[in-house]
Amino acid sequence: MARSPRALTLAAGVLMLALVPVAAELLDQPFYVDLFRRIMIFAIAALSLDLILGYGGMVSFGHAAYLGIGAYAVGVLTHHGIANGYLQWSLAILGSALVALAIGAVSIRTSGVYFIMITLAFTQMLYYLGISIEEYGGDDGMRLAVRSQFPGLLDLRNATAFYYLVLGILLLFLLLGQRLVDARFGMVIRAARSNEPRARAIGFSPYRYKLTAFVISGAMCGLAGALLVNQTEYLTPEFMHWTRSGEIMFMVILGGIGTLMGPVLGAAVFLLLEDVLSAWTVHWQIILGPFLVLVVLFAKKGLIGLVPDEAAPGG
Amino acid sequence: MILLVLEQTLNGLQYGVMLLLMAAGLTLVFGIMNLVNLAHGSLYMVGAYLATGFYQWTGSFLASVALALAATLVVGIVVEVVALRTLYERDHLDQVLATFGLILFFNELIAIVWGRAALYSSLPGWLSGHMQVLPGVRYPVYRALVILVGLVVAALLYLMVTRTRLGMLIRAGASNRTMVAALGVNIRLLYTVVFGVGAALAGLAGLIAGPIYAVQPGMGEQILIQVFVVIVIGGIGSIRGAVVGAVIVGMVDTLGRAFLKPVLSIVLSPSAADTAGPALASMLIYMLMAAVLAVRPQGLFPVR
Repeated sequence: MARSPRALTLAAGVLMLALVPVAAELLDQPFYVDLFRRIMIFAIAALSLDLILGYGGMVSFGHAAYLGIGAYAVGVLTHHGIANGYLQWSLAILGSALVALAIGAVSIRTSGVYFIMITLAFTQMLYYLGISIEEYGGDDGMRLAVRSQFPGLLDLRNATAFYYLVLGILLLFLLLGQRLVDARFGMVIRAARSNEPRARAIGFSPYRYKLTAFVISGAMCGLAGALLVNQTEYLTPEFMHWTRSGEIMFMVILGGIGTLMGPVLGAAVFLLLEDVLSAWTVHWQIILGPFLVLVVLFAKKGLIGLVPDEAAPGG
Repeated sequence: MILLVLEQTLNGLQYGVMLLLMAAGLTLVFGIMNLVNLAHGSLYMVGAYLATGFYQWTGSFLASVALALAATLVVGIVVEVVALRTLYERDHLDQVLATFGLILFFNELIAIVWGRAALYSSLPGWLSGHMQVLPGVRYPVYRALVILVGLVVAALLYLMVTRTRLGMLIRAGASNRTMVAALGVNIRLLYTVVFGVGAALAGLAGLIAGPIYAVQPGMGEQILIQVFVVIVIGGIGSIRGAVVGAVIVGMVDTLGRAFLKPVLSIVLSPSAADTAGPALASMLIYMLMAAVLAVRPQGLFPVR
C-alpha cells in the first residue's frame, strides 16, 4: 500500500521521539530527555490550538490561559497537600474545560478581530488574577513540592517514565485529533470556517459546534499545563503571560496551520531554535522577532508545506 | 472622603485620556487599513524611552517632548513602510503574528540599549508641584496638564476627522478604499500618514506616561491590552467609541483599584477583602467588557 510522504515523516518522527531517551542514555546527555519532553508538552498545547485555529478558523490569542489553569490545578492541590495525580489532572482538564466554556461562550458570539482581542483580554485577566493571589505565590509563583503521584502506575520522578507518558499522551491526542477532524463534527467545524452562512443554511448551528471544539481544545491544553508544571516543578503566572499565547500560535504557523503534524514540528523547531539562540545570546528575541515576521510573510504553509501531502504518482 | 473620591476621579480621567491617545491611533489604523497592530504598544514604549533619553540629553522638558514626538513619528513611518505595508492585504492571523514579532524585536532592542531595569524620569520644577483645582482640593500640576493636553488632542483629532480634507479622505478610505484610489488619491501615502499620526499619538501617550509610571521594556503591552478592552467596548474603528470606552475603562479601573477594597471590607472580613479586593480590581474591566459584549457584541458604537 502506498504511503504518503507525510505519513512516512510522521512514522519517522514518532520513532525518533521514542528513541530520544535511549540516545540520551548512550550519549550520557540526560538534558535531552528534558528538552524533548518540554517540546512534546508544547506540541500538545500547539496541537490543541490548531484544532480551533487551523480547522475552526478561531484565532484564539489566549491559549496560554488553559496552560495556566492546568498548571494551577496541579500546583494549588499540591500546595494543600493533595498530590494524587488522578485527582490533579482531572481537575486540570475539567477546570480548563469550564474556563474555556465561559470564555468561548462570550467570544464565539463575535468573530474576526473582536475574537482575537477578547481571548487575549480574558487571558490577561486570568494572568492578573494569578499575580494578585498571594496565597499561591502571587507574582513570584511557587515551587511544586512533589510531582503528581500515580501510585502503582508510574513515578514521574523517573525522567524516562515521565517522558514516555508525555509521548503516549501526544500520540493519543494526534489520534484523537485525526478522528475528530475526519468525523462529522470536524466537517461541520471546517464548513463553518470556510463559509459560515452556508453551513447555517444547510441546517447546522455553528455556534454550538464551535463552542464544543473550543472547550475540547481548552481541556487538551489544560492537560498540557498539568504536564508543564510537573516538568518545570515550578508554578508561576508567567505560564499565562500573553507572549506565551503568541509563542504557541507561532509554533502552529511555523509547523503548518490546519495540519496535525505541523504543530508538533513547529513546537520542536521553535524550542530547539530557542535553545540554540539563547545559548548564543541573551538577546535572542531580537533574532526571533524578525524571523517570525519573515515566516509569516513568506512561508505561510509552514514547514510541513515542504513535505508533499499525497503519495507521489506510482509511489 | 469626598476629596479622595474627587482626586481618584481625576486620576481616572487622566488614565482615560492616556488610553484615548492610544485607542485613537489603533482604531484609526484598524478602521482604515483593516490592520490589527499589536506593535502599537511598542510605539508607546519607544515614545517613553525617547522622551526620557532626550530629557537627560537636552535638559529641557519641552525640547524632549518635541524631539520624542518627531522621532516616534519617524519610527512609526519606518515600521509602516518596511514591515506593515505588506500586511494590509493579509488576514488578521498574519497581522497578529507579524506584529507580535515586531513587539519581541522592539522590547529586546530597548533592553539592549537601555537595559531591562525600569527607568524613572523626573519632571522639571514648574511641573512637579500641586495646584488648587477647587477650594481645598489640591491636585498634581502634571496630571492636570495631562488631562488638558489629552482633551485638546481629542478635540483636534475630532476636528481633523470631521472638518479637514485629510479627515474626509480618511473617512472615505475607511468606507471604500478602492473607490478612493480610483478617484486619484494616493492611498499608500494616505495610509502612511494615518499610521504616522497614530504612531505620534502613541508616542505622546508614552512620553506622558514616563514621569507617572515606570519606563521599562514590555510597558507597551500592559497598556495595549487595556486599550483593546477600550476599543472592544467602544466598537472597533469608531473614534466616538474610543472616547467613550477610554473614559469608562479609565474610570472603572482607577476607581476599582482605589475603592473596591474598602467597599468589600464592609461586607467581608478584612483579610478576605485584602485578598479579593486587588484581585477583583484587576479583573474589573475585563468583566465589564464581557458584560458589554453579552448585550452588544459589536460594542457600544458599532461602525457598520
